Amino acid sequence: MIREYKTVEEIVSPLMMVRMVEGVTYDELVEIELHDGSIRRGKVLEVNGDTAVVQLFESAAGINLADAKVRFLGHPLQLGVSGDMLGRVFNGMGQPIDGGPEILPEEYRDINGLPMNPAARDYPNEFIQTGVSTIDGLNTLVRGQKLPIFSGSGLPHANLAAQIARQAKVLGDAASNFAVVFAAIGITFEESEFFVSEFRRTGSIDRTVLFSNLANDPAVERISTPRMALTAAEYLAFEKDMHVLVIMTDITNYAEALREVSAAKKEVPGRRGFPGYLYTDLATLYERAGRQLGKPGSITLIPILTMPEDDKTHPIPDLTGYITEGQIILSRALYRQGIEPPVDVMPSLSRLKDKGVGEGKTREDHANTMNQLFAAYSTGKENKELMSILGEAALTPVDLQYAKFADEFERRYVNQGYDQNRTIEETLDLGWELLSILPKAELKRIKPEYIEKYWPKDKA
Amino acid sequence: MAGKIVKVSGPLVVATGLADANMSDVVRVGPQRLIGEILTMKGDTASIQVYEETSGLGPGAEVETTGAPMSVELAPGMIEGIYDGIQRPLEKIVEKVGANITRGVEVPAVDHEKKWEFTATAKVGDKVVGGDILGTVPETPVVLHKIMVPPNLSGTITDIKSGSFNVTERFGTLKTDDGKEVPLQMLQRWPVRIGRPYQKKYPPVKPLSSGQRIIDTLFPIAKGGTAAVPGPFGSGKTVVQHQLAKWSDVDIVIYIGCGERGNEMTDVLREFPELKDPRTGESLMKRTVLIANTSDMPVAAREASVYTGITIAEYFRDMGYDVAVIADSTSRWAEALREMSGRLEEMPGEEGYPAYLASRLAQFYERAGSVECIGSDERRGSLTAVGAVSPPGGDLSEPVSQATMRIVKVFWALDSSLAYRRHFPAINWLNSYSLYLDSLKPWFDENLGESFMRNRTQAMSILQNEASLNEIVQLVGKDALSPGDQLTLEVARMIREDYLQQNAFTDIDGYSSYDRQGKLLDIILEYDRRCREAIDRGASVTKLFAIPSRETIGRAKSVPADEYADAYDRMRIAMAKEIEEIAAQGGED
Repeated sequence: MIREYKTVEEIVSPLMMVRMVEGVTYDELVEIELHDGSIRRGKVLEVNGDTAVVQLFESAAGINLADAKVRFLGHPLQLGVSGDMLGRVFNGMGQPIDGGPEILPEEYRDINGLPMNPAARDYPNEFIQTGVSTIDGLNTLVRGQKLPIFSGSGLPHANLAAQIARQAKVLGDAASNFAVVFAAIGITFEESEFFVSEFRRTGSIDRTVLFSNLANDPAVERISTPRMALTAAEYLAFEKDMHVLVIMTDITNYAEALREVSAAKKEVPGRRGFPGYLYTDLATLYERAGRQLGKPGSITLIPILTMPEDDKTHPIPDLTGYITEGQIILSRALYRQGIEPPVDVMPSLSRLKDKGVGEGKTREDHANTMNQLFAAYSTGKENKELMSILGEAALTPVDLQYAKFADEFERRYVNQGYDQNRTIEETLDLGWELLSILPKAELKRIKPEYIEKYWPKDKA
Repeated sequence: MAGKIVKVSGPLVVATGLADANMSDVVRVGPQRLIGEILTMKGDTASIQVYEETSGLGPGAEVETTGAPMSVELAPGMIEGIYDGIQRPLEKIVEKVGANITRGVEVPAVDHEKKWEFTATAKVGDKVVGGDILGTVPETPVVLHKIMVPPNLSGTITDIKSGSFNVTERFGTLKTDDGKEVPLQMLQRWPVRIGRPYQKKYPPVKPLSSGQRIIDTLFPIAKGGTAAVPGPFGSGKTVVQHQLAKWSDVDIVIYIGCGERGNEMTDVLREFPELKDPRTGESLMKRTVLIANTSDMPVAAREASVYTGITIAEYFRDMGYDVAVIADSTSRWAEALREMSGRLEEMPGEEGYPAYLASRLAQFYERAGSVECIGSDERRGSLTAVGAVSPPGGDLSEPVSQATMRIVKVFWALDSSLAYRRHFPAINWLNSYSLYLDSLKPWFDENLGESFMRNRTQAMSILQNEASLNEIVQLVGKDALSPGDQLTLEVARMIREDYLQQNAFTDIDGYSSYDRQGKLLDIILEYDRRCREAIDRGASVTKLFAIPSRETIGRAKSVPADEYADAYDRMRIAMAKEIEEIAAQGGED
C-alpha cells in the first residue's frame, strides 16, 4: 500500500518534516513529487508519533511545501542488480546515465547490506600481484582486503589507483573472473574522466561498473553512492562468483556529506564537527569487503582519501586506519623529489601481508627480506638525518652504507613509474640487490640459508 | 500487556504502555521481535535501545517485555564458541540464515539438546550453599566444567545422580531451608550488568606469564590484574592482544572483539584451533570463548558485548580457574555509549562522551581481581582484564585513554614510531609502566631467583641512559662519547633488537618461557659487564663491538625451544673467550 501525503511542514535542506503520517517506518524510502511531475527521493530518518523526518538524497530546490506530494514506499532504498551492469555508468542513486537502456534487475537489494557474520568469513590470504614493488614487496595486498590510499590534495593517488586496477592479478589464476566497481564520490569531472579513459584505454571498461557522483551533484547523494557501489560489488562477488576490485574516491567528500546531514539534524558533534558515529558509519562501508566461506568470489576494497592538510590524525584518515587492514600513504616530500609513485613505505602497512606471502604464495624469503628492507631503510634514513646535522665524518663506514642504501632504495625500488609492471620475483630480486649494499652480517632478520641462496652472485 | 512504539530514531525506540516493565528489562520489539533493553522509564513510556537494525519499524508496532534484565546463559557448551554481543551463537546463525546476519534470529546461546556426561561429586544429604560444586562435566580435554549451585541458593541435596544430561534436564533436587524443592540443572542465567558475587578479594601476587619478553620481564601483569594497551592504528594493538590470548598461562580466555574488524575475529577463529597450548599440548581453542561484535554489527549490541564477555569470565572464575578477558577495543565500546547517550539527548561531557564514561569503565575493570570464590571450599580464582584503547590520532589526552589510565595498573603504551621501524611489539619502554612490580617481586625472587628482577632493573636503567645519551649524540655525534657510554648505547641496542623485539609470526620466537627470557637477558648483561671490565683494561671499543658472538646473540631468539639451554651456554663461553682475547691485547689498536 502506497500512501501519499501533502503535509510537508518544514524543509531545512537536506531535512524535511512531514506531519500527520500513518504507518511510516524508520529507514523507509520516500518519493517527493513536485508540481511539475519530477521526482526527488529521500529516506525516513526518524518517526515520532505522526511526524516523520525525511532526509532528502537530492537537492531540495524547487520543492513547494503546499504542492509537494510525499509517498512512503514501504521499503528502504534499493538497487536493482544484474550481471548486465558491467560496462555501464550510473549516477550516485543507481540510475543509468550513459544513455543506454534501463537495467532489467535480477533482484532488488537494500543498499545498506547486512553485516557479514564473522563466522562465515574466509580469511583473505591469496596474494594479489599489483606490479608495484612498494605494495607487492613491502605492503602486500591480498584478495578480500580493504587497503586505503591516504593521499593529499595534488598528489597522484589517481595514477596509483589506476595502475593497481590495470595490473592487479592473482598468480596462477589466468582465467580469473575479474571486475572493477568504481565509485566517484564528489570528485571533479576531470578526475573521474581520467579513470574512465584509463579503463577505456586498457579495455577493462567492459568489466567495470561506474557509479558517478561528481562535485556538482548534490552532496547528500554522496551518502548513497558508495553503498550503491558496494551493493553491486556484493552481487557480482557472491552471486556471480567474480573477484571484484572496488575503488572509491574520495572518502573525504563522503564524510563531509555525512557531517552536513548530521549538522542539519542538530546532533552533538564529535571531533572537527564530524558526527560521533563516523567510525561506525565508515565501518559499515569498509567491512563489506572480504571473502565468504564456500564462495569463490571476493571483494577487495581500495578507498582513496585526501588527508586534509596531509594530517594523518584528522578524523577521516584516523578512523579509516582503525577499520581498514592497513594503508598506503603517499608522501609529498617524495613527490617533490620526482619519485613515482611517491609511496611513503615507513608508515604504510598491510595487516594481512603475513598471510599472503611466503613459500607457495610468493617466495620463501619474502617475509624475511621485507622486514630487513624496512629496518635497513629506517636506519638509513636516520643516518642521513645525522649526516645532515653532523656531516659525513661523524658516521662510521657501515652507517654510510646504510645512508647509501636509503638513497638507492628510494631511487630504484620506490621510483618505478606508473607504467612498469614488476613481477614479484623482480621485486624480490631487486630487494636483494639493494640489500647487498650492506655487509652480510647486518642482515640479522634474514635466515642464513636464504642469504646463502639469494645473495646476488656477482657481489662479494 | 504489550506496549506500542511512538518514536523510532536509529537504534533508539520509544514506546508507551509499558507500565509493567522494569528498568533494564529486555524487551521484544516489533513483528520481527528484535531484542532491546529499556534504558529509561518515564511514566509508562520507555526508551529502548534495540540491539538489531531498526529499519522498517514504525509507530504502532508492539513492544513486549520479557520481565528479566539482559542475561547470559551459563552452562557447558560455551568453550570454542563464537558469540555476538548478546550471546547469540554466530556459527548457528550461519547455519540458519547464511553468511549475512539477518534480524530477529532466535537461537539459544548454548545447545539445549546436546547431552553431557555429568559426574556428581556432591551426595544426597549434603548441605550446600551458592557456589558449591555439585559435579563436573568434561567440556573439552582441558576444561573440566564444574557445575555449581547458583549464587543466592542454599539448602540440602535430596536427590542427585550422575549420567548423561542436556543442560536443562534435572539431575537432582535441592531442598531449600524454607522447605521449597528446587530442581537442579546445569544451565544458569545471570544478568550481565551485575558482577557475580565472591567471598573476598585479594591483592594479586602471581604474575601472568604471557611468553612476551617485554611484558613478562619489563612490565609484568599479575593474575587478577588490569592492563590497558593504547596505541594509534597500525601500532600492533591487535597482535599484542592476540599474543596474550594465545600464550597467557591461564585456564580460560575470553576474547571480546568489540567494534573491530571482522577479519580479525575470523583470524582467531581459524588460527586458534591449529595452535597448541605449550602447557597442555591441546589446541588453544579448547580454552577460548570468542565474543564478536564487529564494527558493522549493530552498535547497541557492541555496548553489551563487554558485559557479556566479563560475565562469562566470572562464571569460570567461580569454578576456581584463572581467566583472562581480552577486550579489543574499549574505545569502540565507549563510542557506542556516546552514540546511545546522544540519541537519549543526555547532556554530553568531554568530546561528546556521556558524563558517566569514567565510572562505567571503572565498573568494568573492577570486575577483575584475584578472589576467594563463593562456596564452602575456599577455592581461589582470578580474572585478569586487558583492554585495548584506540585513541583518535594516537593522542592519549582524550577521555577514554585518560579514564582508563586512572584505573588500570599496567600500561603498555604502543608507539607508532617503533612500529614504523618494524620494532614489534611496539611497546614503548619509556612510557609504559607496571604497578605490580613490588607485589610480584616475592614470587619472582622465589621462583626465578633474585637475578630476574635485578636484571630487569639493570636493563631498564640502560634503556633510560640510552635515551639521555641519544640527546647528546644528536648534538655532538657518537665519537665524542666516552667508551663506557658508547658501550651503554651498544648494549641498549642489543636489548632493543635482540631481546625486546619479538616476532609474533614465527613459531619459535612467538612464545618465550621465563627461563629462556632470564637466560637471554643474562647473556646480554654479561656482555655489558665483561666489556666494561675489558674497557677498564684498555680494550678497543670497536673491536669489542665486532666480536663474532654479537651475531650469534642476535640470532639467539631463533634457536629452537629444545636446544636453547645448551646453545645459550655455548654462547656465553664463546663470548667470554672473545672478549678476554681483546682485553688481553690491551690498548694497542
